[in-house]
Amino acid sequence: MNLDSLTEQSGEWLRASGPEADIVISCRIRLARNLSSFPFTNRASTHQKAEIEQYLKGRLEKIDFEPRLEYVNLAPLSALDRQLLVERQLISRELANSEGPRGVAFAGSEIISVMVNEEDHVRMQVIRSGFTLDEAWQDADRLDDKLEEKVPYAFNEELGYLTACPTNVGTGMRASVMLHLPALVLTKQIEKVFRALQKINLAVRGLYGEGSRASGDFYQISNQVTLGKSETTIINEIRDVVPNIINYERQARQALTRENHAQVLDRVRRAFGVLKNAAMMTSEETMDLLSSVRLGVNLGLIDDIDIFKVNELFIHTQPAHLQKLLGRQLDSEERNTERARFLRNRLREMDSLN
Amino acid sequence: MHKCERCASPATVHITEVLAEAKFEEHHVCETCYPKYMEDSQTKTGAAITSDAGAELEEALFGQQECPDCGIKFVDFRNSHRLGCSRDYQVFQNELLPLLENIHGETRHCGKTPRRYPQTKLAEAELTQLRQRLKRAVEREDYEEAARLRDQIKTVEDA
Ligand SMILES: [Zn+2]
Ligand SMILES: [Zn+2]
Repeated sequence: MNLDSLTEQSGEWLRASGPEADIVISCRIRLARNLSSFPFTNRASTHQKAEIEQYLKGRLEKIDFEPRLEYVNLAPLSALDRQLLVERQLISRELANSEGPRGVAFAGSEIISVMVNEEDHVRMQVIRSGFTLDEAWQDADRLDDKLEEKVPYAFNEELGYLTACPTNVGTGMRASVMLHLPALVLTKQIEKVFRALQKINLAVRGLYGEGSRASGDFYQISNQVTLGKSETTIINEIRDVVPNIINYERQARQALTRENHAQVLDRVRRAFGVLKNAAMMTSEETMDLLSSVRLGVNLGLIDDIDIFKVNELFIHTQPAHLQKLLGRQLDSEERNTERARFLRNRLREMDSLN
Repeated sequence: MHKCERCASPATVHITEVLAEAKFEEHHVCETCYPKYMEDSQTKTGAAITSDAGAELEEALFGQQECPDCGIKFVDFRNSHRLGCSRDYQVFQNELLPLLENIHGETRHCGKTPRRYPQTKLAEAELTQLRQRLKRAVEREDYEEAARLRDQIKTVEDA
């Protein structure tokens, strides 16, 4: 697979094609599985990891499953290429930075990826655009069935799928929904949402941010419990609560446009103006300004910009993407200059189409 | 469930901090301590995660047993938070069960099974558990929850 060509396209899950895509960026199902005949990855020797990889690679390439998965061996890749896969959410940061034989199989659409020798031998994930938890689960379930035909999983009746960390044992499933909640952040209601979710044992995490701060106003909601509930029950619990958050965000957006129209318009236009004109731009500032632009597009305050194009900018302005586009390593100051140049060009292109 | 790391109340807020260099930290606090936690976490790094008082004693008693397959001891798990192989769930069963109860509130799987396992046994396990929850919901007069559980029971029974 030619990784360089990835920067010219985007994963399906960014397309904003699914239901409620103005607020729900994507849904993800992740399943953790292990081979019964090997120690867990952290305890496996390099030789064993190579055996695990060979074994799984062969089966992943041969399973009767559409879309076709292509295996990428991560060990010989440069740190930059691995980082690129992290930014596209095809692999975890942990897998990128670990050592030894390991890899990822994924389909060209980037909806499905299967990590090999992560914390568990197999970590498969499905990411879909919009509020599509059920569809994502169906894909993951189907892929899991196909792989299970060829691979004996570590499983016991009492505890379910056995994982390296007891926080994943049982279903081995983490279901998550990524939400863009700028209006709840602006109106300072986001903490209320946090507290309500944590009461029902769902985890909330700011995405892309350092520490507890979420840059770009992206939040990920996921289940904490994996044992003692079926996959459907876990998914239903999340699916039941997300519409409330969507409504809450919509109400906050309406209130903003009704009561603070001038301020919101000003914020959106300033963000757009800075993105189109700045000479240097950090990653964090980019996230925050793009978040305002994204809100502006969804409120109809900026005309004729495709929300998909805005989604794409969040990914394409990240460090590895910028460096791949320019074809060379950049230090952080150069990155800020190039990021600003990239944003100016892209946004002016979009603007001139109007 | 977890205890709050700042006071003794049950923790209702579970936070995964994303630190620099892709390091993660788990935190568990109660609702009362949460605002203070958020305030502190703007400036701090490396807030200590408190361990149970009994941990040391427990390690002295059980920590020396070794998995015959992968060779880890329970104290290794305590330090790394990762088990060495799937057999460890049997070898360290006594130590792990209370931990699983803490994390998940349950200790029995009732989700998907690989085809080679009989589906029926698991449906039974889930039904037993759902019925217990229904009983508790009715006892505390939470009729909304009870109705929801009844629907779930029906779905499992019909499946
Ligand atoms: Zn507390
Ligand atoms: Zn072991």
